[in-house]
Amino acid sequence: MAKRLVIDPVTRIEGHLRVEVEVKNGIVTDAYSSGTMVRLMEEIVKGRDPRDVWAFAGRVCGVCTTVHSLASVRSVEDALGIKIPPNAELVRNIMFTSQYLQDHVVHFYQLHALDWVDIVASLKADPNQTSAIARSISPWPKSSPGYFKSVQDRIKKFVESGQLGIFANGYWGHKQYKLSPEVNLLAVAHYLEALDWQKEIVKVHAIFGGKNPHPNYLVGGMAAPINMDEPGTINMERLNFVHQVLKDAKTFVDQVYIPDVLAIAPQYLDWAAIGGGLHNYLSFGDLPVNGINDPSSFKFPAGAILNRDLSKVHPVNPKDESEIKEFIKHSWYSYDGGDDVGLHPWNGESKMNYTGPEPPYDQLNVEDKYSWVKTPRWKGHAMEVGPLSRMLVGYALKRDEFVDIIDSSLAKLNAPVEALFSTLGRTAARAFESALVANWGLEFFDQLITNIKNGDTRMANTEKWEPSSWPSEAKGIGFSEAPRGALGHWIKIKDEKVDNYQMVVPSTWNSSPRDHKGQRSSYEESLIGTPVADPKQPVEVLRTIHSFDPCMACAVHLYDEKGEYRHQLEIF
Amino acid sequence: MKTKNKTVYQESLDKGYSRRDFMKLAAMMTAYMGLQSSAIGQVAKALETNVRPTVIWLHFQECTGCTESFIKTSHPLVADILLDTISLDYTETLMATSGEAAETALHTSLKKNYGNYILLVEGAIPTANDGVYCVIGGRKATDILEEAAKGAQAVVTWGSCASNGGVQAAYPNPTGAKPIEKFVSGKPIIQVPGCPPIGEVMAAIITQFIVFGKVPELDGHGRPKAFYGRRVHDTCYRRPYFDAGLFVETYDDANAKKGYCLYKVGCKGPTTYNACATTKWNEGISYPIQSGHGCLGCSEAGFWDVPFYERIPNVAGAGIEATADKIGAAAAVGVAVGVTAHSVATYIRKGKIVDKHIKDGDLNN
Repeated sequence: MAKRLVIDPVTRIEGHLRVEVEVKNGIVTDAYSSGTMVRLMEEIVKGRDPRDVWAFAGRVCGVCTTVHSLASVRSVEDALGIKIPPNAELVRNIMFTSQYLQDHVVHFYQLHALDWVDIVASLKADPNQTSAIARSISPWPKSSPGYFKSVQDRIKKFVESGQLGIFANGYWGHKQYKLSPEVNLLAVAHYLEALDWQKEIVKVHAIFGGKNPHPNYLVGGMAAPINMDEPGTINMERLNFVHQVLKDAKTFVDQVYIPDVLAIAPQYLDWAAIGGGLHNYLSFGDLPVNGINDPSSFKFPAGAILNRDLSKVHPVNPKDESEIKEFIKHSWYSYDGGDDVGLHPWNGESKMNYTGPEPPYDQLNVEDKYSWVKTPRWKGHAMEVGPLSRMLVGYALKRDEFVDIIDSSLAKLNAPVEALFSTLGRTAARAFESALVANWGLEFFDQLITNIKNGDTRMANTEKWEPSSWPSEAKGIGFSEAPRGALGHWIKIKDEKVDNYQMVVPSTWNSSPRDHKGQRSSYEESLIGTPVADPKQPVEVLRTIHSFDPCMACAVHLYDEKGEYRHQLEIF
Repeated sequence: MKTKNKTVYQESLDKGYSRRDFMKLAAMMTAYMGLQSSAIGQVAKALETNVRPTVIWLHFQECTGCTESFIKTSHPLVADILLDTISLDYTETLMATSGEAAETALHTSLKKNYGNYILLVEGAIPTANDGVYCVIGGRKATDILEEAAKGAQAVVTWGSCASNGGVQAAYPNPTGAKPIEKFVSGKPIIQVPGCPPIGEVMAAIITQFIVFGKVPELDGHGRPKAFYGRRVHDTCYRRPYFDAGLFVETYDDANAKKGYCLYKVGCKGPTTYNACATTKWNEGISYPIQSGHGCLGCSEAGFWDVPFYERIPNVAGAGIEATADKIGAAAAVGVAVGVTAHSVATYIRKGKIVDKHIKDGDLNN
């Protein structure tokens, strides 16, 4: 076995990810990504009340919390033919946009920025110059020399304490850090501001869902009732609160996040040619404005792009059993039909089959199985999912909002559209779509107010709440666009219980091991060609991996084909 | 880069404050903490000698929801905790470095601060199939935990996964997930259940331990009494509706729009010990019941295996006011406490959920 550079744990992500790369002459020549933790959520939800599953599904991820719950209630509603009231759709959309904003901002500042920003170098900055730069790119009020001086003093004090905490052993001083001390200081200040701000936007979830993380959902709509004349319901005070938070979010995105991305990107334009990976992009689409059954109305359109050909968008139908299949050639499972077949989630099966090395181990046997993540394919193609895919699909479909923000931003960077097929493009796409959803959140809010004003205060449709009203068998799919990409939950209901439940999630697409044909998935393919100046400090590998915003706990899960049908939980 | 750790006292002097100013600060902090003035000396001494306490945060079978909750704390702000209060030497979610350098940071800190660090754990530990279901840096979760717990001053178990196994331990628990207490002994364990716990509660538990230098008072389940000492039901602002017998019958019905009690649609507030109704969530904005959904009981062991929309049987006390005009109502009120204990016990026996409550005799708290 060739000796590899192993990065495990990959930090600043959700969950447990291990990356092994082969480096020759300072360039990555091959790469393997592995999910090393598994919880088997699909097995756990079997036999339960379908109305309960959103809570389990939500716990698939505490970072992109809420989208899995959304996909789950949609799957049950699809199976049972429940049409939710417009207010519930709007509230779900508002929660969705709030989730994106929190997640993307935290990703950029807390989880990704330290790959580009040298915290220690910010100590050499001239706060006057930082202030001048800040004022030249944004009207954001916290931009005085005194403000940046106080941030710098705080960091100085922190560094001199000798207790570097989360910043210890960082790759500070690495020659790949290219920002001036002044821009580093600007970014450090905004790292702290973003940390402070992200707790505000999620208050939208607290108001409509009771808490964040893991707000509450409800099959048939939302639980929070609307009544302007009660203190304990969604009334004007609650709505004003939501409105204020959404407006502040738009300001933060427009005045801090976008300007920072556009200020940092020019220093790293070489990364517009690195880390592109796969040439195929997939989006299921989301944010319905005319119900989930009218995909043409979605704010995020569905579609697939192959071979980076932006002149054609292929239709995508997650309900079509011929489109999506999961493979396990290199995953620690076994299929009755053997390791080379692919199965649609409706017909999926899994048997745990750990064949990896006995821990503790130094290296995985990548010739065989090497991950708890399965390998999904769309019509046989390895696909990238996530913000870049969504933005490219919208752009290729010539949706005005997508075209406007992409073209105007690329013009500022003097970069062609091909620059988006890269590590930098992935990071920029996340910022661009944040600007879009910040606007949409306010639009949905206005529509909600209008709807209530017109006399509609319905929030849930409970006509089919009682399981006795359900057919003996039903199946449905709940699809969504999680912050990290296309998400689908497939449910089969039998005799009022979950008979089968499967999730194909964004990180399954992106982080999976090779398929039966040896095709690499997104993480692996994107690392090929990445320069590594110092294997002891592989910041370049982390830049590309982090550009996907890895989120691993959702990616590893298990279900079995028929399972053992559980009429009752053991404890009752 | 200097490596000397400064105390609060040293920093005060560096900033140009005098010894006298410093003692004033100590007196203010003492008052702020609600201690008698005789404790000023003790507080001053702590500020003179303490550097930022070392904290190690491990992740096992989890969803990172506890970390996400922690960074939502508004008082204190998480940036203040990270920069001024603690030295968080290892946390996979936020630390700058990865891989080998991250592991080195962990081992260096464990060694240097042996016996003096606080270990925070998020997630459960899988035991089936010899632990291959959670491997980090090529090592099993059990081995990592054992090594890190050895030199810890105290262990805090964040959330329901670390405290009682959590969602992966729900039936049929395919990975054999177990809580942290099964693997750690000989030192205090502070259990902070919840899926996740409230951010401000998490911050309070860390800072209380650091400021006062001792483990907070715990209940029979090892939970800080300040936050888990009352049932959600007892502190719920909708309790008067419960007592009056005014209930939501189905979600979004006319009663829901009046904000009535959610007991009949499955609220687990009557059997759940948590601070949701007092501290509330996300800087006190709301909590599940306030937003119209019943409590799931997420801080109770085994809550995952209790159907969320099924009514807790016979929680007595319901409808007391509605029947108050009937003869015999007074007698019913008189035995309410006893009936509550009985009915909840029946429910628990069925669900094997909070039987420990009965043993501890705290059902009537």
